[in-house]
Amino acid sequence: MTGWLDRLREVVESHTRHRFRTAVTAGSVAWGIFMLVLLLGAGTGLENNIRWQFRDDAINSIWIYPGMTSQPWEGQPVGRVVQFSNADIERIVEVVPEIDHISGRFYLRGEFTITAQTPAGGTRSGAFSVRSCHPGHRYIEQTMMVAGRYLSPRDLAAERKVIVIGLRVAEFLFPGRPLSGVLGEWVDLAGIQYRVVGVFEDVGGEGEMRQVYIPITTAQAAYGGGDQVHQVMFTVGDATVEEAAGIADRVRRVLARNHHFAPGDLRAVRVRNNLESFHEIQQIFVWLRIFIWLVGVGTVAAGVVGVSNIMLISVRERTAELGLRKAIGATPGQLVSMVVQEALLLTATAGYAGLVGGVAVLEAVRRLMPENEYIRDPQVDMPAVIGATVLLVVAGTLAGWFPARRAARVAPVEALRSE
Amino acid sequence: MITLSDLHKAYPTAGGPLPVLKGIDLHIDEGELVAIMGSSGSGKSTLLNVLGILDGYDTGAYELDGQLVRALSEADAARLRSRAIGFVFQSFHLLAHKDATENVALPLYYQGIGRAERMRRARQMLVDVGLADRADHMPGQLSGGQKQRVAIARALVTQPRLILADEPTGALDSTTSDEIMALLQRVNDQGMTVLIVTHEHDIAARCRRVVHLKDGRIERDERREPQGAGAAP
Ligand SMILES: Nc1ncnc2c1ncn2[C@@H]1O[C@H](COP(=O)(O)OP(=O)(O)OP(=O)(O)O)[C@@H](O)[C@H]1O
Ligand SMILES: [Mg+2]
Repeated sequence: MTGWLDRLREVVESHTRHRFRTAVTAGSVAWGIFMLVLLLGAGTGLENNIRWQFRDDAINSIWIYPGMTSQPWEGQPVGRVVQFSNADIERIVEVVPEIDHISGRFYLRGEFTITAQTPAGGTRSGAFSVRSCHPGHRYIEQTMMVAGRYLSPRDLAAERKVIVIGLRVAEFLFPGRPLSGVLGEWVDLAGIQYRVVGVFEDVGGEGEMRQVYIPITTAQAAYGGGDQVHQVMFTVGDATVEEAAGIADRVRRVLARNHHFAPGDLRAVRVRNNLESFHEIQQIFVWLRIFIWLVGVGTVAAGVVGVSNIMLISVRERTAELGLRKAIGATPGQLVSMVVQEALLLTATAGYAGLVGGVAVLEAVRRLMPENEYIRDPQVDMPAVIGATVLLVVAGTLAGWFPARRAARVAPVEALRSE
Repeated sequence: MITLSDLHKAYPTAGGPLPVLKGIDLHIDEGELVAIMGSSGSGKSTLLNVLGILDGYDTGAYELDGQLVRALSEADAARLRSRAIGFVFQSFHLLAHKDATENVALPLYYQGIGRAERMRRARQMLVDVGLADRADHMPGQLSGGQKQRVAIARALVTQPRLILADEPTGALDSTTSDEIMALLQRVNDQGMTVLIVTHEHDIAARCRRVVHLKDGRIERDERREPQGAGAAP
């Protein structure tokens, strides 16, 4: 039997007869695929960047800030400032069981000087920002302990003077000390001594690792906060976007009842639903991807029309040859498959070249591109490459189909007469 | 081998059907060497195309090897052609981008025979037609007579039982024509049935049988002893 190499030889031959024409057509297909790969890579880069922006906080977190009432309610005037308290958090936990981690923050504004003793007997101090919160904060902010522990419920209950410090803070205050050696050390924060119980890292970046955390109750007591809470945040487990919205709504209702504002008053509390924002942005990326595929497929389609056209011309030019092939025993099916294979070979080879070129360029960009705020880690993902390859094969077959049908219809008598 | 009975064929034209074959009755035995003559437009090529199953006919019957050739699908017709019939054309119809051997081997490709075997048989065929030293030449590098010998080798390579030649010497000078005719006679001597359409009397003179066509009908069907230069020994 004739093998694939044999058929390939027969098929390649026709392309080598018009090198320039073949090269131009192949170039258009290669360009289409090249652009598709680059666009997809750029899209992935944009998407990666957004994910990067979201990396700091848990994606399933909801953040609630007090605002000012904008509707009269229960005889209360408009423009009243809402103030959260420890009791709100306790009530929310009771009423909304879907919440898996919750924390408040009592703001300690500005930077604080933190001073540590050096082993030589001197001191070392630096200015850092301080957050006071609940133990659940760890999950919302995605804090990762590298030594010791995070704040505990007991710390809060006893208003203990304990502190969890960021890796950069530890490195600064205790240079050259192993992290475990830092635990148990005392530091001075605005005149009060705190014992270091943990050191953490945070994917959120350098700024996050220059933070320190103290129990919210300790902060409230030490800095005259009473039981005031400046913001409330919590995570919602694996709730869907709709469920998360429902949870946020119920939390709003709890707060509305506690603070006597209209449940529908959107100004009284501000809600930042990470899950929802993330979902919205993901939607944007779905559309972006559709757009990119449309553009890419359009470009490839233009290339395919080019291939189809070239094949039509080639078939027309070869009328006599096709007639002869029929006369000596080629069936219409054999001619169809020959022409389709010619088109397929042209598209697939060219497309493959474009694919490889595009991936190479993307890889180079990925390595050489400086860090920036728009694109991060542009890459072609495997499914996209496979999709593009399938697209090519389909396109090549389509490009060959119409010319092939024409080739098969050639009447040998007519073809052999034409000379 | 071939039996035509009351065969009619008309070409559809703008001004209605144009009858070209108007009742052909013809019987050709296995191993015959037949010349078909007639003035231009008398329907010789049309007849040959019908015999070669390159074209259909309207009424009557065409039996090839006892099989009625009628309303075959294109694929079946192709297979029958490939198996039973070899063609030789006035203008050779070699593929310009293939060398002599590849041209000769092409019919075997469509029979699904592997390349090595194809090339082997094609080379042998070229030796048989006296072109061993031109096996790697492209058609452009061959003379008219050499091209026609390549074309004859191509017609023979599948070992068909019927060779149909439409003015095989029409584009050649008389010396070369003699050589080609001698080759066809040799082919016929080996037992193949050969039909040659020709205008040339000295070509026809070398055939045992000459069928004269006139205006779509057989005007005369003469059988005689072949004569002329280079006749089969
Ligand atoms: N496809 C066609 N459509 C219409 N008419 C045709 C077609 N092919 C041939 N004819 C006509 O049929 C008639 C016979 O043509 P044919 O080619 O069989 O003649 P021929 O005997 O081979 O002539 P020549 O010696 O010139 O080759 C001619 O009048 C020709 O014009
Ligand atoms: Mg003719």
